[in-house]
Amino acid sequence: MSDATQSYDNLAPSTAAKFRQRTLPILIFVAVILAIPMTDPSRTVLTLIHQMAINIVFALAYNMLLGKGGMLSFGHAVYFGLGGYFCLHVMNWIEEGSGIWAGYPTFFLPVLGFVAGGICAAVIGSFSCRRSGTTFAMISLGVAELVFSGAFMFDSLFGGEQGINGDRMNGPEVFGLSMGPMSDIYWFMAFWTVLAIVGMYAFTRTPLGRLSEATRDNPQRVEFIGYNPTRVRWLVFTASGAFAGLAGGMSAVNYEIFTPEALSLIPSGFVLIMAYVGGITYFAGPIMGAIVLTYMSSMLSDFTEAWLLYLGLMFVAIVMYAPRGIAGIVFGFWDGVRGADSGAFVKKWLAQLAGCVLMLLGLIVLIEVSVRWSNGWGEVFEPYGMHFPTNSVLTWIAILVPLAAGAAILRYVSREKEEMPA
Amino acid sequence: METIVFALLNGVIYGLLLFMLSSGLTLIFSMMGVLNFAHASFYMLGAYFAFTIMDASSFWIALFIAPVLVGLVGALVEKYGLRQVHANGHVAELLFTFGLAYLIEEIVKIFYGKTAVDYKIPDLLNFPAFTIYGASFPAYRIFMLFIAIGMLIGLWFLLKKTRAGLIIQAALTHPHMVGHLGHNVPLIFMTVFGIGCAMAGLAGVIAGNIFVTDPAMAIQMGPIVFVVVVVGGIGSLEGAFLASLLIGLLQNFAVGINASFAEIFWFTGLSPTSEIGDITISSLAPVMPFLLLVLMLIFRPRGLMGEQEL
Repeated sequence: MSDATQSYDNLAPSTAAKFRQRTLPILIFVAVILAIPMTDPSRTVLTLIHQMAINIVFALAYNMLLGKGGMLSFGHAVYFGLGGYFCLHVMNWIEEGSGIWAGYPTFFLPVLGFVAGGICAAVIGSFSCRRSGTTFAMISLGVAELVFSGAFMFDSLFGGEQGINGDRMNGPEVFGLSMGPMSDIYWFMAFWTVLAIVGMYAFTRTPLGRLSEATRDNPQRVEFIGYNPTRVRWLVFTASGAFAGLAGGMSAVNYEIFTPEALSLIPSGFVLIMAYVGGITYFAGPIMGAIVLTYMSSMLSDFTEAWLLYLGLMFVAIVMYAPRGIAGIVFGFWDGVRGADSGAFVKKWLAQLAGCVLMLLGLIVLIEVSVRWSNGWGEVFEPYGMHFPTNSVLTWIAILVPLAAGAAILRYVSREKEEMPA
Repeated sequence: METIVFALLNGVIYGLLLFMLSSGLTLIFSMMGVLNFAHASFYMLGAYFAFTIMDASSFWIALFIAPVLVGLVGALVEKYGLRQVHANGHVAELLFTFGLAYLIEEIVKIFYGKTAVDYKIPDLLNFPAFTIYGASFPAYRIFMLFIAIGMLIGLWFLLKKTRAGLIIQAALTHPHMVGHLGHNVPLIFMTVFGIGCAMAGLAGVIAGNIFVTDPAMAIQMGPIVFVVVVVGGIGSLEGAFLASLLIGLLQNFAVGINASFAEIFWFTGLSPTSEIGDITISSLAPVMPFLLLVLMLIFRPRGLMGEQEL
């Protein structure tokens, strides 16, 4: 055996590759963040960006569990909400100037959200992390329901139906930000988002981050080499809860209100969808998912009232046909274009795209027409001057023909793939 | 005294209802390893289908047709949905059913509107069955009791006394061996999934008209059914039965007790006006199943009858 096979130097990525894969994306991200204020964004755009920032951190925190740890949680909003609630209480203490809190700057509230989320996750995780997978999913659901319905019993902590309000413009200023106007909040969001992304990426590089991936893939082997999978899961769960709490703190400062709804199953389900649609096998996946879905939820809900149905369809389609999510599609396309035989790849890809678009068109007509029929106000779906009344044959042609054509194309393309020699 | 009798009766009925849902979930889970997140959605579908059929014909036809329809929908979902994602592992299957629950809720909203539909108890059963201590007990609840017990016996008979049940039981533990013996295992899986969904549908048919039939009924029932499965011990039908009754009784007894924490823990000097002292046992009722879940996980992680630790 020569020395060459025992040396691992060749396996390590080169400095250039490290820079390209790790440092460069962060630098681009920071550059984009710095560039956005120069375009003089409107209030609506800023509101959307702030929501995206919160969701990016939350979805990444969630992916520490699902993608890296293999733990599917249906109740991660609990830690987001508890972290946020704690921050709002502190915000009110700052306003009252009570005790040590008087000198605490609101800018650093997410730190407290981080601590609060982490502590809550550590307590709950101490009994819920024994198994991963399906069992953990059921337990997380039960715990989330417990916390959610329990929250209505303690009005002084959770504020009942109205929730808890706060005012972020108190306490000392840092970095010259009064925290009042939206533009100040933008820098607050930018600071914490970048910090959280770097922090969570760094976490994946630690021995614990590596162990969490090992525990996801094979807990038995992890036990053989002397680690306790339950303990690894518990630590990862705590870290993930802490980052979710940080996102909660960002949300508390942004909206200055938290209601018990923030602890419920609805935001928990939404963060799961964001992370999964983005692609849980990539670190950048949840970031993409958070951006796309936040945009969809704010824009699409203006266009159609059935946007939740589109969301569900998109999620099911991703689970069934593209389990690596948006990031998988993007990176897969990139690899295919650069790889050998890129012409055939692009051709196939375009055919698939055409099939998907056709099916989507048919579905959109179907859903929009049925929503209008369901409302019973006699409203007619009229996109781009076309006219689709419920009772016309033309409507059914507009639904069925694209659907059938799209399905046929997709079927043809996947047949072709199977017949190709390996 | 009448509180106890009524809580007992209602608790047993609610418990049996929970068992109609959790038995299907447990069967599907122990056979395919799939936790069907959309199980409660099939319960909702049962209620809505029954509402439509009852509108067109009568309740008695709905009682038979609606569960069959729900079972067919379930079988189709298994064949064209679940089986496709099976290759990606159990988490992918769970996520698929999670997405399905979303879809079913939204589609129900399109067809039936966002508010509750007027799904009524049939006139034939709309009378008080008996009166004890001055309070009457509706006949429909007795009817529910009989349906639930009938289903229980039917399920027991199917699993323990018929050849089909024998094959199903064998396929639960040794699917490959059963396949080698020449049985069509995917078909068995599809059938079990369909039967599980049909039972959930039947529960929806008989429960939809005494509770509320609205698009939120699935998400209200779902978590409780999961709790039943975990508390009973994952994969254990007997455990699911005990846990269903336990949770049914617990919730219904809790609703009837008006004592507050201040009265119960009087020896600690808890003030009745303080926030904790003010909590009554009846207000704890909705939290009870989840509290039980957490206590169970801490003190007996394998559940009531589970064979393995969670």
